[in-house]
Amino acid sequence: MDKDEIDQAILNITQDGIPLVEKPFEELAKQVGISRDEVIKRLKRLQSIGVIKRLGISINQRKVGIVANAVVAWKVPKEQLESVGTLLSSYTEVTHSYGRVTIPGKWEHNLFTVIHGYSRESVESIAKKLSEACGITDYLVMFSNGQFKRTSVKHPF
Amino acid sequence: MKMEPVKLDKQDKELLQMMQDEFPVEERPWAVFGKKLGLREDEVLARVKKLSSDGVIRKLRTILDAQKLGSCSSTLMAMKVPEDKMDHVVRVVNEYMSVTHNYRREHDYNLWFTVTTCGGKDLEGTVEEIKRKTGIPDSDTLDLRTTHVFKIDVRFKFTDTEVEGGETRG
Repeated sequence: MDKDEIDQAILNITQDGIPLVEKPFEELAKQVGISRDEVIKRLKRLQSIGVIKRLGISINQRKVGIVANAVVAWKVPKEQLESVGTLLSSYTEVTHSYGRVTIPGKWEHNLFTVIHGYSRESVESIAKKLSEACGITDYLVMFSNGQFKRTSVKHPF
Repeated sequence: MKMEPVKLDKQDKELLQMMQDEFPVEERPWAVFGKKLGLREDEVLARVKKLSSDGVIRKLRTILDAQKLGSCSSTLMAMKVPEDKMDHVVRVVNEYMSVTHNYRREHDYNLWFTVTTCGGKDLEGTVEEIKRKTGIPDSDTLDLRTTHVFKIDVRFKFTDTEVEGGETRG
């Protein structure tokens, strides 16, 4: 892919954070060692070719009252995994959705979703709504009762 | 552990929504938001700083497409951890950079964490090392490799009735 060292520096710095100051991209340009116009041009290009999926703020949802989260694991027939995974992903309350291997006799639920809500009850009712929508009735709701670590994947450059 | 939510007015919510979903890559982004909200540039920045110090905003950052950067592989691991071993196991697991999320959950498997390695690093080796160092037997461990990534999009709705009312009905 067409990406030079300056692009890599931009990606490396911005995946960690862009300062929330009067002129954020001017500050970023200083850190990279190029002009502001150049940094803006490169960011826009990296967005347009899809290397940057999104540029925006991350939120601590607990601070705005979204305090409940559960992993909901679904037992989906293999041939439906693709369609059910895609359907459940279309709901905004679902932030993550993955297909996973099963371990026969030990773990049979092959579709994992993460659901956020304002309360346990709301998460449970969202799970019920999703179940009715996709027709899968065998699911486990596993609420979180302790967060030990939450970071993001750091891409190596 | 009950925490009072930070109070947000209508403009805070609109601002958060825009900063989350469509942050402008321009010289003066706060002025762009200001125009949409009917606020001055410095008023927008003051709100942003307040939301940041209140902890609502974690940070402004890019999310990169792993597939386009040389692929990553990942797994979700679950363990049945006896209460008296929990502190030790959490300490061991959290030390790994490749562990990005680690939660206690209400289930027999009471500890769930993700392991992600990128750029050709060895997922298998990392998983084996974590298992060995925690001392949790294989029979009490799940290693659920990712076969499909359907969605990773941690965004929230601020500008609909959900945040207003505080409850979702569905």
